[in-house]
Amino acid sequence: MIYQGKQKIWADYQKEIPDDHWFYVRSCIRQNFFPASEKYFLAICRDQLGRDIYESEHHTTCAGIAYHCDTIPQETAMTVVARQFALMTEAGYENLVTSCITSFGNYTEILETWRQFPELEEKVREHLWKACRREFKKPKYVAHASDLMYKLRGEIAERAHFQLVHRATGEPLRIVEHIGCHYSKMFPHKGVGGAEYPCVLSGMAESWGGRVIDYPERRHCCGFGFRQYFVKANRGYSLSNTHKKFESMEPYRPDVIITNCPGCPYFLDRWQYVISEMEGKTYGQNGYGIPVLTYEELAGLVLGVDPWDLGLQVHQVAVEPLLDKIGIPYDPARKYLGMDEKKIMTPGLPTSLKCF
Amino acid sequence: MDFGFKRSPSSAVNLDTVDHARYDRLVQLEPDALTCIGCGSCSATCTAAPWSGMSVRKVILGLQRGRDDEVDRMLSRCMLCGKCTMVCPRGINTRHLILTLCRLDRKGEVVR
Amino acid sequence: MVNRNPVIAVIGAGIAGLEAARQLADLGYSPVLIEKEPAVGGHVAQWNRLFPDMTPAAEVIDALKKQTAKIRTLLGTEIASINRLKDGFSLVLTDGTSLLCQAVLFATGFQLFNAAKKEEYGYGIYDRVITNRDLEAWFNTRKDKRIKQPEAVGFVHCVGSRDLKAGNTQCSKVCCITAIKQAIEIKEEFPDAEVYCFYMDLRLFGKKYEDFYIKAQRDYGIHFIRGRVSEVGEAIDGRVVVKAEDTLNGKPVKVTLDLLVLMAGVVCNPDAQHYARQVGVSVDDDGFLKSRDNIAAITESSRPGVFFAGACTGAKTIPETLAEARSAALNIHHYFNKRK
Repeated sequence: MIYQGKQKIWADYQKEIPDDHWFYVRSCIRQNFFPASEKYFLAICRDQLGRDIYESEHHTTCAGIAYHCDTIPQETAMTVVARQFALMTEAGYENLVTSCITSFGNYTEILETWRQFPELEEKVREHLWKACRREFKKPKYVAHASDLMYKLRGEIAERAHFQLVHRATGEPLRIVEHIGCHYSKMFPHKGVGGAEYPCVLSGMAESWGGRVIDYPERRHCCGFGFRQYFVKANRGYSLSNTHKKFESMEPYRPDVIITNCPGCPYFLDRWQYVISEMEGKTYGQNGYGIPVLTYEELAGLVLGVDPWDLGLQVHQVAVEPLLDKIGIPYDPARKYLGMDEKKIMTPGLPTSLKCF
Repeated sequence: MDFGFKRSPSSAVNLDTVDHARYDRLVQLEPDALTCIGCGSCSATCTAAPWSGMSVRKVILGLQRGRDDEVDRMLSRCMLCGKCTMVCPRGINTRHLILTLCRLDRKGEVVR
Repeated sequence: MVNRNPVIAVIGAGIAGLEAARQLADLGYSPVLIEKEPAVGGHVAQWNRLFPDMTPAAEVIDALKKQTAKIRTLLGTEIASINRLKDGFSLVLTDGTSLLCQAVLFATGFQLFNAAKKEEYGYGIYDRVITNRDLEAWFNTRKDKRIKQPEAVGFVHCVGSRDLKAGNTQCSKVCCITAIKQAIEIKEEFPDAEVYCFYMDLRLFGKKYEDFYIKAQRDYGIHFIRGRVSEVGEAIDGRVVVKAEDTLNGKPVKVTLDLLVLMAGVVCNPDAQHYARQVGVSVDDDGFLKSRDNIAAITESSRPGVFFAGACTGAKTIPETLAEARSAALNIHHYFNKRK
C-alpha cells in the first residue's frame, strides 16, 4: 500500500472545522449503549481543552430514525431540524456539532436539499412558526463530534497518559477503524478524507500511537440500517453485514475496533456475542473477541480516565485484554459498582465468548 | 439459542472458489462455447423458453457461476429442436453443447 | 505581400504532427515541429504493439522519424504565447525564440485520464493497480515491480470514460480493443493466468477488431464479465480484492487478483485548449477542439489558417490519425493556393 497516495486524497478532502463555539446536539440512543461517551466528549473538549461547547436542555432528536424508517414525511423531519436550528440561533451559535453520525448525515442532507430547493426552506420556516413561534438561521458549519475531536487530536496527544502501543512488545496496536455510512458516503466533501479513504478516525488513532489496518471489507456497512434490524425478520441482514466484516478483518488480528457512529459499535460489539452463540466462532485472540470502542472512549482511555467511569463495563466484548495490552490500570472489583459504589447487577456470561 | 433470525449467506459469486469443473470439461469438448457473447439470440428464438425458462445463454453463464441446479432444470426442458443453433451469431453448435452437457455429471466426468 | 515560402507551425510531434509535417514538406512547404517532450513520437513511441496486426509501434515511429529527419524540429519546447496577426500567427516559445508563421496545425493529441481520480479503484494507493499506459510501458521495458508472475489479472474498461462523475461523458474509443490486445499479450506472457475483463459495452468497431475478441475468448480463454467494478481493496498478501456487478448473472461478483489494469480514457490536452482559445478557436462541449464541420471538414477549424489533425478533436485510432494528418496537409496546401 502506498501511504502517500492516501495522503494525497486526504489533502483533496480537507474540511473546514472551526475551532470553537459549538452548539452540541445529542444522539437518541448513544447514552444507552455507550453511557459515558457523550459525557466525556464534553469533559475532554469543553472542560479539559477549554472549548466553548453549549447544549440546550430543550433540544430533541433530529428525527433521523423516524425519517429513515419512513414513519414521518420529510417535511416533518425538516421542521424538527428547523427547531434545533432555532434553538441554536437563540443561544447565539452558528456552528452545529452532532453526536450521532446519522444525525450529521440528516442535517447535511437537509441543508443541501434547502440549497437546491429554497421554496422548501421557506415552507419549513412557515411550519416552524405555526408550530411553535420560532425562527432560525441556518448553521454556518455542521460537523460531527468526531471531526472536532480529530481537529483536537494533537492537543489530546500532548496530554496523553497512555499510547496506543502494546506495552510488552512496543508494537503499535493494530486498529480497525469503522466509519459510519452517513458520514461521507453521501457527501464525500463533507467528510474529512472523502468517501473512499476517510481519515477522521485513522488520524486520531495514528496520532495517539496506533497503526490502522486496511482490509478488503473496510468500507462495508455494519448493517445498522433502521429498516433492516427494526423488524426481527430482517435482522439477519444486519448480522450478515457485520459477519462479513469480521471474516475479512480476522487475518489481520486487530487489537481493537474504533467507530464514530452510535449504531456501528453497538452492532460490531453485540453481534460478536450472537455469532458466538449461533456458530460458536469468536474473533480476536484467545476467544475474547475484538473489543469495540467509540472514539470518545478511546480518547478517555488515552487521557487516563478510569475505564469504568467511561462506561466500558457495559460493553459486551471484554475490554480487559486491551487495557492490559496498553497498560491501563483498572480495578476488576469495581467493575459492577454503580455511581454510589453500590453493587449493580452482574450480567450472565455467554456460552463461548469469553467475558469477565 | 434461537434469536428469531439467521445469518444470510452473501449472494455475491466468489470467482476464487466457484466450482467450474463442468464448464471446463464442456469447453474441452465444445471449444466454441468459449465464444458466447451472451447476446441472447438463442434464448430469444427458443421454442421452449416462454413456458420453461430454458436459455442456452443462461446455461453457459450459469455453469461458470455455480448455478448448477438451475442449469440442470433448464437442460431437462430442452426440446432439442435446434433453432438456437440456426441463429447463433458466433456459430456455436448449441444443440451439440446441450447434448454434451447432458452426458456430463456435476463434476464434469463423462457418465453417459 | 504574399509569402512565397509559407511557414506552418505544427504543434506537437506525435504521429499526427510528424505525418502532417512530412506531407507538407513533400508539397514544398516549411513546417516547423514544436514538441514539448525531449523526443518525437508522442504517445505511440511509448507503446509496444499495435492492433489489429500487432505491428511493432517502433516500426511506425522509426519510419516517420526517417521521413521527417530534415524537418526543423524544436524539442523540449512549449508555446509561451500564440497570437493571431493579420496574415498569420506569431508564437513565442519557451526557449525564448519567436516564430512567425502563416498557418498553425494543432497536432496536440490527447492526455490520458488521471486514473487516481477514480478513488475507489485505488490507483496510486494499492500496489497492484496499474493503468493501460503502465502495462504498455512494461511490455516495452519489462521494468515494473508491480508485475510479477501474476496468476490472475483483471482489466477494468471505461476508467474515466462514459462517466459523468469523472467529468468525461465521451467514449474513448480505443480502450476496448486495447484492453483485449493487452489481455491477449498478458496471456501470451503468462499462459496459466486467469484474465478477466470487466466491461460495460465492448466497442470493437474497427477492421478485424471482432476477430481479436473471438481469439481472446476461444484461443486464450479470457473471461468477459459485463458490469462495473465497484471497489478495490487490498488483501493481507497484497493482492487486490475486486468487487463488481455481474449484470448478465444478476448478482455481484468478487475475485482476488494479482494485477488490476485500469483502462484510462482519453481527454483533450489542456494546453491545447489554452492555445486554441488564444487563436480564437473554440473548444467543443466534449472538451476537444471544435472542427468546422464534424463530417465534411474535421481537419479545419472555424478560423482561417488554423487546422487540426489527430486526437486533438477526439479520440482517434492510428490509421485515422495518419489519414487526418495527410488530409490536413492538403487542406493547408489549398489554403495557401487560394490566397496566392
